[in-house]
Amino acid sequence: MSTNGGGPLVEVKSLKKYFPIHAGALNREVARVHAVDDVTFSVNEGETVGLVGESGCGKSTLGRCIVRLLEPTAGDVIFQGRSIGTLGARALRPLRRQMQMVFQDPYASLNPRKRVGTIVSDPLRIHGIGDRASRKQQVENLLEAVGLSPEHYNRFPHEFSGGQRQRIGVARALALRPKLVVADEPVSALDVSIQAQMINLFEDLQEEFNLTYVFIAHDLSVVRHVSDRIAVMYLGKLVELSPAEELYTRPIMPYTEALLSAVPIPDPDLSDQRDRIVLQGDVPSPINPPSGCRFHPRCRYATDVCARIEPPLVDYGNGHLAACHHPLNVDSETLARVAVSPRHTPEAVNETPLPQ
Amino acid sequence: MSEPLLEVKGLKVRFTTEDGVVRAVDGVDFELERGKVLGIVGESGSGKSVTAMTMIGLTRAPNTAFEGEVAYKGQDLLAMSERRLRDVRGNEIAMIFQDPMTSLNPVYRVGDQIVEAILTHDSVGKRVARQRAVELLREVGIPNPNNRANDYPHQFSGGMRQRAMIAMAIACNPDVLIADEPTTALDVTIQAQIIELIDKLKDDFNSSVILITHDLGVVADVADEILVMYAGRVVERGSKRSLFYDPQHPYTWGLLGSIPRLDRPKGSRLASIKGAPPSLINLPQGCKFRPRCPHAFDRCVGEPELANRVEERRHLDRCWLGVDEKRSVRSATIKGEVATA
Repeated sequence: MSTNGGGPLVEVKSLKKYFPIHAGALNREVARVHAVDDVTFSVNEGETVGLVGESGCGKSTLGRCIVRLLEPTAGDVIFQGRSIGTLGARALRPLRRQMQMVFQDPYASLNPRKRVGTIVSDPLRIHGIGDRASRKQQVENLLEAVGLSPEHYNRFPHEFSGGQRQRIGVARALALRPKLVVADEPVSALDVSIQAQMINLFEDLQEEFNLTYVFIAHDLSVVRHVSDRIAVMYLGKLVELSPAEELYTRPIMPYTEALLSAVPIPDPDLSDQRDRIVLQGDVPSPINPPSGCRFHPRCRYATDVCARIEPPLVDYGNGHLAACHHPLNVDSETLARVAVSPRHTPEAVNETPLPQ
Repeated sequence: MSEPLLEVKGLKVRFTTEDGVVRAVDGVDFELERGKVLGIVGESGSGKSVTAMTMIGLTRAPNTAFEGEVAYKGQDLLAMSERRLRDVRGNEIAMIFQDPMTSLNPVYRVGDQIVEAILTHDSVGKRVARQRAVELLREVGIPNPNNRANDYPHQFSGGMRQRAMIAMAIACNPDVLIADEPTTALDVTIQAQIIELIDKLKDDFNSSVILITHDLGVVADVADEILVMYAGRVVERGSKRSLFYDPQHPYTWGLLGSIPRLDRPKGSRLASIKGAPPSLINLPQGCKFRPRCPHAFDRCVGEPELANRVEERRHLDRCWLGVDEKRSVRSATIKGEVATA
């Protein structure tokens, strides 16, 4: 993948997104879903940041906040040095050209009553780019770039298979030549053989159009394949952020370790040898997240400190950040440097195990 | 080799539609032994779900035509009357469906739905059935089952709903459990829990399991034998080890190459299979994989039989290529080094 090493294109700063829950006769706010809770990270120009986590961890909400499809509750998103967290709709419009989104469900994200040509050229029309003829030419070029044929211009979405529809969605996202594309589970609805085609397409387009991706997916093997850096989310929190390869060889957060070990490996012998960590129970409710470290009720290393104090996101060097009281795969030297009390190293976990 | 519990012979299922005849299943043969897990792998439209649903008579409709036989304990399930089949279905052969969000009835309590399954097949009292339902929920790992049995499906998470479905399926100690993409809608961590559960239940009840999935990783974990389906037919079938370490069909190679692998160094490109699966109304002549196959040659205009071509006697495939030739081009194909021109 290309790492053109530019500065940050997007900076997410202490971003929070809470969804209020209203109930009762007065329709008062009774609770809040903490979908994204104080997330900070940045995306450099030309790189791909993968966003992984289980359903309900807030990865889609975060993606939507980045392109301002959702209004953040608190915090800010800086795009190319400009704060966009509080911009109004009118001021936002020129910036919208720079950031586009590809959605998960290719069956729901295309208007069934519009022709492919209209779907892909609408962004151009809305932003007043070119005349009718030049727009048509551009759309035909785009259709070719995503592996469809220009003859598909007058067809309707229902005439296409899932994989082809997803290509239409990609063409639409690319129509305005954006800098940033947020792809929300773009391949998870597709069959394996089609999935591979789409992943390859995403990589080709990144090179051709010099794109920056935020790639949201729950499939860790797909994310590893496309990403330069990976952010792991759990219950609205960013719990680990790491260069892609390092996350897989040296996970620091126990949640990441468990996630990785749950990915099935298509090799019977390796699969048998592997020590699989099966997490107990489900992800807790984001309405009432657990105290301290949000992962502690399911964590096998958890001690009493985990229930009391929320671990900060600590930099373990090499751009590898994690939020954990009991970091894994970290040598004592690094531990001392980041000043995490040695009492909480993994060797000491048996001292005070929490009742599960 | 012991006597198979269930045997599918030459199964064909055709649906007549406005657009033409859909050949959803077009030649499927397999045997299922007691206590074994058979994995059926294929993409959407390969006929794996229709095969499973036909076995328990869920595809019977005026526009459907069947051929072949599904032999179970000396009876042909395809020819069995609906009334007789109802005793088998759920009682001796049970099925778990893909989507736990839609396969439970939203207006009945979870416990009551399991009680209903028990009362349908067993002549026990309501109290006993209720106790068994709670016991089953405990068995599949629902915490606090006595209270949770009173919950409605919307109060359960996706993983818990799938557990409830499994509880319902094993309510009558079935001989055969058919799981149709049981984990596709679930997160990996929950998937690991469910796969472990199915594996444990198989041992506890000595049931046979047919596990339908598109994920080769899932079958690598639990299956004993694997069928690979493409365009309504079995293109390869073999023991798990034989299929993974000596795959014979180019489609299987394509599937293996298409998945990004956590256990290998990151490659630059995935070896995708070019094109898309064929329309089941208008199938290509000869080998159905020919239009997408990088190794197709003139002989492929005739369709090969599913036959044993390797040393391993129970490993069958449907490909004209010679075994030596396959072994020499295989790894390059899986790695995507063969141009899929």
